Amino acid sequence: MSLTPFRVPIVPELRKSTILSLISKGLRIEERDLYTPRLIKIETGVVERAEGSAQVQLGKTQVLVGVKVDVGTPFKDTPDEGVIAVNAEFVPIASPMFEPGPPDENAIELARVIDRSLRESNAVDRKSLVIIPGQKVWVVHVDIYVLNYDGNLFDASMLATMAALIDTRLPDYEELETGEIRLKEEKKTPLQINKIVTTVNIAKIGDYLIVDPNLDEETVADTKLIVAYDHEGNVVGIQKSGAGSMTREEILKAIDIGSKAARVYFKSLEEALGERLPVKIG
Amino acid sequence: MSEEAKTRKLVVPGERLPDEVELKEPYVVEVEGARVATVMGVLDLHGEKPSFIPLQTVYVPKPGDVVIGMIQSIGVMNWQVDINSPYVAVLNAQDFLGRPYNPLTDDLSQYLNIGDYVKAKVVAFDRSRSPILTVQDKGLGKITEGKIVEIQAAKIPRVIGKKRSMITMLQEELGCDIFAAVNGRIHIKCADSERESILVLAIKMIEREAHTVGLTARVQEYIQELKKVKGVE
Amino acid sequence: MAKATDVKLIDEFGRRHDGRLPEEMRPVSMRINVLDNADGSALVEFGRTRVLAAVYGPREPVQRFMILPDRALLRVRYHMAPFSTAERKSPAPSRREIELSKVIREAFEDIILVKYFPRTAIDIFIEVLQADGGTRTAAVTAASLALANAGIPMKALVAGIAVGKIEGVLVLDVDEVEDGVGEADMPVAAAPDIGKITLFQLNGVLTREEVEKGLDMALEAIKKLVELEKQTLVEEYVTTEEV
Repeated sequence: MSLTPFRVPIVPELRKSTILSLISKGLRIEERDLYTPRLIKIETGVVERAEGSAQVQLGKTQVLVGVKVDVGTPFKDTPDEGVIAVNAEFVPIASPMFEPGPPDENAIELARVIDRSLRESNAVDRKSLVIIPGQKVWVVHVDIYVLNYDGNLFDASMLATMAALIDTRLPDYEELETGEIRLKEEKKTPLQINKIVTTVNIAKIGDYLIVDPNLDEETVADTKLIVAYDHEGNVVGIQKSGAGSMTREEILKAIDIGSKAARVYFKSLEEALGERLPVKIG
Repeated sequence: MSEEAKTRKLVVPGERLPDEVELKEPYVVEVEGARVATVMGVLDLHGEKPSFIPLQTVYVPKPGDVVIGMIQSIGVMNWQVDINSPYVAVLNAQDFLGRPYNPLTDDLSQYLNIGDYVKAKVVAFDRSRSPILTVQDKGLGKITEGKIVEIQAAKIPRVIGKKRSMITMLQEELGCDIFAAVNGRIHIKCADSERESILVLAIKMIEREAHTVGLTARVQEYIQELKKVKGVE
Repeated sequence: MAKATDVKLIDEFGRRHDGRLPEEMRPVSMRINVLDNADGSALVEFGRTRVLAAVYGPREPVQRFMILPDRALLRVRYHMAPFSTAERKSPAPSRREIELSKVIREAFEDIILVKYFPRTAIDIFIEVLQADGGTRTAAVTAASLALANAGIPMKALVAGIAVGKIEGVLVLDVDEVEDGVGEADMPVAAAPDIGKITLFQLNGVLTREEVEKGLDMALEAIKKLVELEKQTLVEEYVTTEEV
């Protein structure tokens, strides 16, 4: 069951008009233009216990992603592929609006949009995650933890997910005579990454489209379009998220605007990961 | 198809209406300078000015409306009254009793119990609080005899008819007292149960065929037929 | 289970596995007023996909905390019957159903004139009786009809359809077989009378040009579906007029 949100932050009329009048002049609160994301900081290997991890700051929004892997059985319809499972937790430390409890529809939507973008683009080579075909595969758990919420969890979470997956090292293992897989302490095999994927969150406010909305902007936005791109420029996922609607022209314009912003995100991944980035970004 | 029928057109939500049609929010609204129907309805081009009659409406109380309410629950100082609307109304004990009220000595259920009907007037409603009812006016109060027939609120104007033509016909044919409240509830009082049941069937027919033309004549014919069958004079 | 490479889903004449051309929808059927208790209801079929929608309200919200002071609250539940799929689906709401309930609700927030009914609730309950691809867009179409049938004031009628990409070809109204092996699935819902797109998703890989072409295919089909909705609504009353 989905309900019209009734616990939404109040944006005072004055602050709203400030946002709108700035936007109409092509400006934002953080002194950026309409199509530029906030400052990005990406760190990897922040949780040693995890097989991969990354923390991302996008303006004041902070997201931590941990990757844990274990050995499991493949899905019946894909016996020759490993499993990637994405989960998101909007933990209550991140915002006065978040309540403890199982993931709500927003957390589920976020996780599923990221999951689909990775899956459909084949960003992580799932075939390379097979240990014994049809029987044993790597199950890669991506857990998205929101630490501080100041809008646009999509882009921050996708950046952190991508960085954490690149950071991930599979444990060495030996196959026992019983067919069991025993994991060793040592972890050194990186995941086989085919594509770098990023999302770009484009908010529609009145007649304007803006990239990477902060919380205030997200609150006053009519709706949002989240577009996922791979590093070759393909569109690998879209989600209209939010109550309002868009015209055909707005959607197409958003996709074009987003493809430029995607390059900013790719570049920040490149800067953070350097040589570890498995593909060349053109 | 009669001439009258040709000037009546069924309209769907989102359909543009002629500019002369009066705004009737939320059923006729203005979208980018144009009049638009927001529900199914009939566009009547018959009169001087085209008009739009919604097929369904939600009863939203207005101060001054006389409604038939049903007691839904009993509070300490008041009754909560179902008025066939998304908004539950309040009837204060002091208003009903016409005197100061003492919750220690007065048992409200003795006056109006759950399931009782009451005829009352809306005195205040602004959508931010519950509508307030009063019975302090002529003809208002607890309904103690007769029957209540419930129909869609949008069909009440049809039961009354243009210049009361329908309701007058019903009264003349069956000799019953009829009060059709705007909130879709009709209070009827007839001489006997035969007349009462004919009237109920006639009202249900009006509800079902409210959007059709020549209805008064057809309902009259139907009543006369039923009267013959049931041997009612 | 057959894999993508084993089956040809577009034959040498450009026909799909069920004989349809790329821009052809499955046979569509729409009926309203199919449930007595609901204020409005509709049953919509796209081929073997069968979806039932019921609308209740505006009514007093079930729980006090759900009251919004300036508008009606929408509640949407998209739910699949356990017997609607090849393998029994657990009746407990899945993550997919939770997400789809959200995007379907958001497809109507800007369509229903919620501001006229503050402090009330409008409920849209959707049951997928049989799933063969395109259930969320059939659900939006059924919900639009049920809302109109319930007399809930709305800006315009809404309908939905999905465009897919199979073996490099953009096709309209993908069924389950096509969705299972296709390269992309792009559900769209829109209110063509006011030029608004109210639901838009893409699962899969497309170029920017393909997104545009697919969107236009969907919008063209949605226009036809909304015409069919209008016809369905009007016919419901015309039949009772022939007295």
